[in-house]
Amino acid sequence: MPTLKIDGIEVTVEPGTTVLQACEIAGKEIPRFCYHERLSIAGNCRMCLVEQEKAPKPIASCAMPAADGMVIKTDTPLVKKAREGVMEFLLINHPLDCPICDQGGECDLQDQAMGYGRGGSRYQENKRAVTEKEMGPLVATSMTRCIHCTRCIRFVTEVAGVAELGATGRGEDMEVTTYLGAALSSEISANVIDLCPVGALTSKPYAFTARPWELRKAESVDVMDALGSNIRIDYRGREVMRVLPRLNEAVNEEWLSDKGRFSCDGLSKRRLDKPYVRKNGKLQAATWPEAFAAIAAKVQGLNGGEIAAIAGDLACAEGMTALKDLMSGLGSANIDCRQDGAKLPAGSRAGYVFNSGVAGIDQADAILLIGTDPRKEAPVLNARIRKRLLKGGLRIAAIGPKVDLTYPVEWLGNDATAVAGICNGAHAFAEVLKSAKNPMLILGQGALARLDGAAVYSAAKAIADNCGLVKDGWNGFNVLHTAAGRVAGLDLGLVPGQGGLDVAGIQSAAQSGQVKFVYLLQADELDTSKFGSAFVVYQGSHGDAGAHRADVILPAAAYTEKDATWVNTEGRVQLARRAVAPPGDAREDWSIIRALSEALGKKLPYDSLGQLRRRMLELAPHFAAVDRLTPAAWNVATAPGTIDGSWGFVYAVTDHYRTNPIARASGTMAECAEVARTGSVKAPEKMLVATNG
Amino acid sequence: MSARHPAPKQLQPTSFAFSAANEAEIKKIIAKYPAGRQASAVMPLLDLAQRQHDNWVPLAAIEHIATLLGMPYIRVLEVATFYTMYNLAPVGRNFIQVCTTTPCWLRGSDQVLDACRSSLGIGPGETTKDGQFTVIEVECLGACVNAPMAQIGDDFYEDLDTASTTKLIEALKRGETPKAGPQSGRRSSEPLSGLTTLNAGGGGE
Repeated sequence: MPTLKIDGIEVTVEPGTTVLQACEIAGKEIPRFCYHERLSIAGNCRMCLVEQEKAPKPIASCAMPAADGMVIKTDTPLVKKAREGVMEFLLINHPLDCPICDQGGECDLQDQAMGYGRGGSRYQENKRAVTEKEMGPLVATSMTRCIHCTRCIRFVTEVAGVAELGATGRGEDMEVTTYLGAALSSEISANVIDLCPVGALTSKPYAFTARPWELRKAESVDVMDALGSNIRIDYRGREVMRVLPRLNEAVNEEWLSDKGRFSCDGLSKRRLDKPYVRKNGKLQAATWPEAFAAIAAKVQGLNGGEIAAIAGDLACAEGMTALKDLMSGLGSANIDCRQDGAKLPAGSRAGYVFNSGVAGIDQADAILLIGTDPRKEAPVLNARIRKRLLKGGLRIAAIGPKVDLTYPVEWLGNDATAVAGICNGAHAFAEVLKSAKNPMLILGQGALARLDGAAVYSAAKAIADNCGLVKDGWNGFNVLHTAAGRVAGLDLGLVPGQGGLDVAGIQSAAQSGQVKFVYLLQADELDTSKFGSAFVVYQGSHGDAGAHRADVILPAAAYTEKDATWVNTEGRVQLARRAVAPPGDAREDWSIIRALSEALGKKLPYDSLGQLRRRMLELAPHFAAVDRLTPAAWNVATAPGTIDGSWGFVYAVTDHYRTNPIARASGTMAECAEVARTGSVKAPEKMLVATNG
Repeated sequence: MSARHPAPKQLQPTSFAFSAANEAEIKKIIAKYPAGRQASAVMPLLDLAQRQHDNWVPLAAIEHIATLLGMPYIRVLEVATFYTMYNLAPVGRNFIQVCTTTPCWLRGSDQVLDACRSSLGIGPGETTKDGQFTVIEVECLGACVNAPMAQIGDDFYEDLDTASTTKLIEALKRGETPKAGPQSGRRSSEPLSGLTTLNAGGGGE
């Protein structure tokens, strides 16, 4: 391991470490624009110059491997002068438009110009101007500001896996662009906004709305998919202005899906801000007591079997705890959190979480995807699989309809019986799994939300047993969820109790008149026309499918408006902090249910979030381990069944940008969906200017 | 050199396909590179496309080559815009590249450009109305020893002055192919005043 001296501090680093990384280990900050630890090294901005003893001139520390005996100096006059020279060159063509630039206040170039910039320019000539570029509905461009660090090109090519950005021309004429102004097709494209060290790529929906110093910040968790990406909500007053990713190596690294980032404009549209009660077939605004009275009048006299509740994709753990307690108070066992009908077992935790952890993907050497399209279901997780694949030594195969996952996959056909074939060893890929050191399978909801889902599930479980996916210190049986609330729901036991009905059962019983009262907690992604003449209460944040069918609407807070607990697909318990207040009369899920319980005469025994969380811990003790992964014991019981090979898998997420009420209310997501639907290539005439020579 | 962009849409053909002869040539070119590295063939393929397609590369050809080599479109566009010898918009049948870098300029490249202007009526970067001639200024083409010079098509025409440039253009207008090389009568880059040494034995030819 090389040992080198940095400003007199001796550090020993791993072989392959760059001088820049060694400097950071020694606690020396090196300015940089092009270097980024998660991207390949470009070495083209030259801002990271340091002095190396016995070297004739300053070296670019980001591209120089640390070697034994190196003596590096980072704060000599030579280094300062060299960096000032680089900065002066960068600023020759950089416009002086900081006052109107969205990056202002959080701009690397601005910050580093404070340290290395000259007071004035020695340059008399005109600055370069670049024609506007089009990159789709999310990324606003102002390419005159570009300093050609190529971070965006490297991100899109390496991490996102869609080589759609490039640099045309050369020298002073170099321009970063997509092919003829096509929109970026990646689901994580907007991360280039964070990566851009200047204001060349900025957020289109957030453009000119706020300055970073006006914003207050709340740490939260993304609920647009089940990955639970860590986010920071930037808000001003009562409005969420933007959502940014937070670093969490174990979950999302530092990326965030476009949906998680830009669906926030849906938080202020189509909101339910007061209770509604249906009178004479029409929903009419009401007060909370009126709404509760209407519900109480209906529930009066019903027995437990006539009452049912369904928790949806965006239901938080607190709300579901209260709902479960309310339902047991009413004597009903008809409760379910699997509104898509996925045949997931509750009971054993290892049976429904992503056991290896998202970080476990980095160790996997064989992956089998069963009925899942991770690119659409969890784009950031898909980027992690891609990263692992690029490192080499990974076999990856998939059963399901062919899609572009941004990396090559061995397609084993869309034949559900192939799952059985692998589990009894008849299929060749079984050998690959058996001989792998850390094999894993990823089971999608598309494989489970079908009539024979239980059979597919038990075959997948058999693969885990037969092919050595579960061993000491490794559990490669992974379920990829699509709903942010699902794992918490299963953890808390929101599944039919003794003799209870599941979602399909509730719907058919409602149609036959056996179930007379249905409580929908944030449940919109199911066929709401199938509740017959049952009395439907919808509690949720948006006027979506559930609210349209409802007889009583109870307005609830969205995920940015409450302190809530979310459990991601790995089973990682994460806390989200409240950023803004809910609109109008809307309240947090649990407090609505708590208030309703009193009106129904079944008062729940908690008056505060703290008391509720203590109750939550009784139901699921592992909720105490916040942010940590607790390995679950592998004792999953399955029911044998026959897989119906006559129809293939259908992925759980087909319309990626419209999977939940918030995304459906978002104008930005609608634009993204439109671009994804119509195909991205469009050629704006303005960039096609004929010039030669 | 100014930024180079593809020609406007109305000039772009909707499709592009290589001729049978070029298809055979492409197979040979791709075979030169190891398996999986066929993207290395992008430059010779762009050159073939340009030669086949009236000396310019249309977007359709860029897309065709990208598909052929399994590359994203943008990667081929990057290459095509990086190298100035790929023409991205139509040029005249006679493509005259006049070197105006210092040695040629000192030796009279201005007169060469003036001669083009007076006999063709176009300045650098322009194409005649009949589409027969395009004149552009280029940087050093590496024939300084015979400056000033111009490249017409694939050939170098050296030791130019007003008279010889006008003569060349008149010959091109008649459809002839003038003899390439120095127009001053000397052979290659021998001294203009005749050999002063090593002059026994016929000078090596």
